[in-house]
Amino acid sequence: MKKLFALFFAGFVVSAAYAQEAPDALVQRVTDDVLEIIRKDKDIQNGDTHKVIELVDKKVLPHFNFSHMTALALGKEWRKASPQQQQQLTAEFKTLLVRTYANALTGYKNQKVVYKPIKMAPADTDVLVRTEVLQPGSKPVQLDYSLEKLESGWKVYDVVVAGISLVTNYRDQFAQEVRNGGIDGLIASVAAKNKSLEANSKK
Amino acid sequence: MMDYFYASGIRGACRSALGALVVALTCSGALAEENPRDPYEAFNRPMFAVNEVIDKYAAKPVAQAYDNVVPLPVKASVGNFFGNAGDLWVGVNSALQGKFGDAGIDLGRLLINSTVGIFGMFDVASELGLERHDEDFGQTLAVWGVDGGGYLFWPIIGPRNVRDTVGFAVGTYADPVMYVRPVSVRNSMAALRFVDVRASLLPSDKVVEEAALDKYAYIRDAYLQRRRNQIFDGRPPRLDD
Repeated sequence: MKKLFALFFAGFVVSAAYAQEAPDALVQRVTDDVLEIIRKDKDIQNGDTHKVIELVDKKVLPHFNFSHMTALALGKEWRKASPQQQQQLTAEFKTLLVRTYANALTGYKNQKVVYKPIKMAPADTDVLVRTEVLQPGSKPVQLDYSLEKLESGWKVYDVVVAGISLVTNYRDQFAQEVRNGGIDGLIASVAAKNKSLEANSKK
Repeated sequence: MMDYFYASGIRGACRSALGALVVALTCSGALAEENPRDPYEAFNRPMFAVNEVIDKYAAKPVAQAYDNVVPLPVKASVGNFFGNAGDLWVGVNSALQGKFGDAGIDLGRLLINSTVGIFGMFDVASELGLERHDEDFGQTLAVWGVDGGGYLFWPIIGPRNVRDTVGFAVGTYADPVMYVRPVSVRNSMAALRFVDVRASLLPSDKVVEEAALDKYAYIRDAYLQRRRNQIFDGRPPRLDD
């Protein structure tokens, strides 16, 4: 009986630790959190890229699945890449995406985010969370997140702005690089891009 | 940027025929590694380069100045005003696509914003829950089943496939601003609208600049994705990974 109780208790603790926040609630919490910080931070509003990247690293990154994102961006070639190449490319692409995302966050001011009701069944493991960014004087901008359910919780694997996937938009560019220099050539190109951006932002 | 211009002799020959679409199209057929999504790339890349120069030295600086000098409520009113002027054509296109409910809303928006919204300067209709739609004749043609044709990049006008180029041309005839007289006022309004649109794109400049491995391809693919999304009114069917 004692054993059973211990087992039950252990199970309870584990399930509490892994209690999964619903995907739409997760998106809303993280977005509200990040926007709140940006609204209060004058440095970020004045375009301090490093500070936003730090913020994105801390608040947003844990909820992204970058290897899935990289696989999506690369398409069929992903399966031909060695595990090491996959890892390297994921690391470089992650740096680039974080910067892109950070830039997108600093660029917009005076915006308001509206969360659309989500359509999902309890058994779903892949959902789309739809939001809309409202700006005075312009059309609302659609901002959608694709999430998948992993053991560690819901993870974002695609961000779609006005119908443009920030991930699959790389597909042709990646394919071009692979044609020119193979997977290693692609890794080198993305790494070089990251390096030059880093050098520029230090100036 | 200039590394777009490393090239084989064939590409070089194409480029010297810059501006002559027909020649470029013929040449592009001779290119070995042609992208099926971009058959007129040999024409488009130089056009894109021309546009980059125009943007860098004229359009962008003016838009930046406008963005810095003009207070937000005025910018919002300018955006609303031109949005309202476009709502009639949006409504016509909703109707042409068989979305009569939407068309009714578009017309309602036009009536409310032109009156209560003081010549469209305030988007009262949106506050009342009449949502703004995003329609144009290029989308209507797509809904009617007209093929996209190849992707084209035009200086100043920007990225449009053949279908959207036709849509844009037809749209200019339905553009109320084009009927404003005297001509000097019409031109000022068209210029203001251009600056307003360019200014609204300023925040995405840095994103694209820093995100793209190849800016030309990034913008092309973003355009193709965005248009597909618009044609399906924000809910495009999923593509296979």
